[in-house]
Amino acid sequence: MIETHELTKQFNDFLAVDGVNLSVGAGKILAILGQNGAGKTTTVRMLTALLTPTHGWARVAGYDVVKNGHDVRSSVGVLTEQHGLYMRMTAFEYLDFFGQVYNLSAAARKLRSDHLLEYFGLIESANRRIGEYSKGMRQKLALARAMMHDPGVLLLDEPTSAMDPESARLVRDEIARLKSSQRTIVICSHNLTEVEALADQIAIIYRGQVLIQDSLEGLKSAALGLPEYEIKFSAAWHESRVDLPQGVEILSRTATSLKVRVAAPSVTNPLILKSLSAAPVMAFQEEPRTLEQVYLKVMAKAKGFEHVQ
Amino acid sequence: MFSKLRLVWLVAGRELKDQARDWRVLAPMIILVIAFPFLMNEFAKQTVDFLNQYEANLILDRFVPFSIMIIGFFPITISLVVALEAFVGEKERGTIEPMLSAPLDNWQLYFGKLLVGVATPLIASYLSIALYLVLVVRQNLTLPSPMVMLQLMLLTTAHAMLMVSAAIVISVQSTSVKAANLLASFIVLPVALLMQGEAVLLFWGNEHILWLAIVGVLIISLLLIRVGIAHFQREYLLGREIDVINMRWVWNTFWRYFMGGAKSFGQWYGSVLPAALRRIAPAALAVTLIAFISLWMGYDWIMVNAAGLINKATPERLQKIETSISNLPDLTNLQGSLNAPFLFMNNTRAVAVIFFAGLFSFGVLGILIYMLNIGVIGGLYALFELLGMQPLPMFLAGVVPHGIFELPALMIGSAVALYMGAALVTPQTGKSMGEIILELLADWVKIFFGVVIPLLAVAALIEAYVTPGLLLGVMAK
Repeated sequence: MIETHELTKQFNDFLAVDGVNLSVGAGKILAILGQNGAGKTTTVRMLTALLTPTHGWARVAGYDVVKNGHDVRSSVGVLTEQHGLYMRMTAFEYLDFFGQVYNLSAAARKLRSDHLLEYFGLIESANRRIGEYSKGMRQKLALARAMMHDPGVLLLDEPTSAMDPESARLVRDEIARLKSSQRTIVICSHNLTEVEALADQIAIIYRGQVLIQDSLEGLKSAALGLPEYEIKFSAAWHESRVDLPQGVEILSRTATSLKVRVAAPSVTNPLILKSLSAAPVMAFQEEPRTLEQVYLKVMAKAKGFEHVQ
Repeated sequence: MFSKLRLVWLVAGRELKDQARDWRVLAPMIILVIAFPFLMNEFAKQTVDFLNQYEANLILDRFVPFSIMIIGFFPITISLVVALEAFVGEKERGTIEPMLSAPLDNWQLYFGKLLVGVATPLIASYLSIALYLVLVVRQNLTLPSPMVMLQLMLLTTAHAMLMVSAAIVISVQSTSVKAANLLASFIVLPVALLMQGEAVLLFWGNEHILWLAIVGVLIISLLLIRVGIAHFQREYLLGREIDVINMRWVWNTFWRYFMGGAKSFGQWYGSVLPAALRRIAPAALAVTLIAFISLWMGYDWIMVNAAGLINKATPERLQKIETSISNLPDLTNLQGSLNAPFLFMNNTRAVAVIFFAGLFSFGVLGILIYMLNIGVIGGLYALFELLGMQPLPMFLAGVVPHGIFELPALMIGSAVALYMGAALVTPQTGKSMGEIILELLADWVKIFFGVVIPLLAVAALIEAYVTPGLLLGVMAK
């Protein structure tokens, strides 16, 4: 569980994080999006008790990040922006070292490192020096380190960057599994497709401030307005009067298609179909609205530009 | 406690393994450990042959211990690179953040690094010394006595501790390995100077003073370790990434602390300066206590050492000493050579020397100089007493009038040096080391110009224009 209140960090005259309020429960994933230098890393560093907040507070896994820094660090697994691997160690040695730091028994360390190396496909190279690893392998090993002590909270900065699609899928599956086992996870990422697939909550941060925070659907509604649907007909349909239910706004109409905006799709969409029972409906589909659109729209608004494709 | 120490050992073990796998560290160390004793041995042989021509046996005896000290020193300077990049190197390689994010306390990380930093050069030094001793035995040269050998090993250990603890402080505070390496000269040069002094002691044959050097170096090392831990902040290790000298920030910070928010000179003198004086009050108390101890030490030393000499002295010699002391203050010409500006400059320089000596030794050297100054007064008192002169009236006339201004100035100046040393080894969260140093410097400037200088000016005037008259009056009686 992560909770922050007016979390603020000032470096001399630079306000890096400005009054951030976050709440992420167990079994939930929060994704933090933002430009480089927006304050994502600083926020994560405050959540790992590496930086002391200038103002506000944060509790991670039930511990205050200022008063109980040691407990916070024991409870979280961190994947840092730079992997931070010791190049002259082997993967086995590396995981074993951090296992000892986290006070795992020898048997637990062996079991855990074997499992993680096996899962991430590194077991064959486990006795090779990390310096000989590819970029993707290093990323996977860094992730294994973050998971070594099976932490209740995971803070992951770009977890799949530098990975091939197969490995990235592997990592996403593991994150999903951790979520289902009630872990609290925060991901900082520029990979919006990945965030769409994983996150329960998304926060967009700009110049240290959270501009918007909601579920994916909530963000889409807030940033792009109500969802739009296109109804396609198999043949030209010229019926002039259509009794569409309340809360439906017709955006455009041709002989073979109808575009509508719907306030409450779960309730209204079945009624739309019912009212079009006489029409030769071939397809009823939502107009694609991606997180990328949301992100660009929110960022443009923050920067003072409204005209974004 | 054992589990906490286990983590220190864990950090050290990992680091040591890393060093052992790095040929760039290993190769020069191995070459140095093996080659340098042979080089030194050849040099010793040549020197011995040369000195034998002049039957300089005393120096010959001392040459082997000197060589051992040098042989122990060189591997430390080379392996200093290990300590210098302990933190800043990890920062540059990006490996520091996972370590800082782990449940390791600051002191565990610090001591883990320190342990390796000290162990690596010491292993190299001990091996090098051992090899040299084998060569010495094979050359049939005289080995140092077990006591001198113990001193040399302790001295090498103390040098390693001093240099490594300073290097780790630099490593924590630096923003790049390049900057840390450049700053290393501030370690190597003072230690090289220190060794010159120790070498003199070795050649001189004053081994008992060498013990003081060992203890002194170890105390400074412990203070440096304390400074390192006190100012070890994870935040600063992650935060500062660019080496930029921001003179504007330096000046603004200094000025802010110097002015202390005062709007006028009266406000500064009435509230900011007294606040600075209140801060040094505990140090002033300690310095006052040290003054009494120094007076007694000076008095006692002269009583013990000079009494024997005076007893052994011939009547003619005694007469000569008494005459020279009676004529010593040529008070008629005093104002020609010892005028007020001269006295003022001399005393100001003494307080400044105490400050600068204290600045580089956490107050320790500054206080030693202060003790020497005060000790001289006690010593003179004892000397006058031994010579049968009446010291009290002479002191009341010759020291007290200007002393009531000069001594407080000296004591306050020394108290600031002590306060600065103590403040540097005290943890202060939320401030960088640079800011703390500027704050302390501002306090020193405040007190130096606001209190010490005016007191010394008054003392110089009294000493030049009032004291000679009073002294002449007493001596005439």
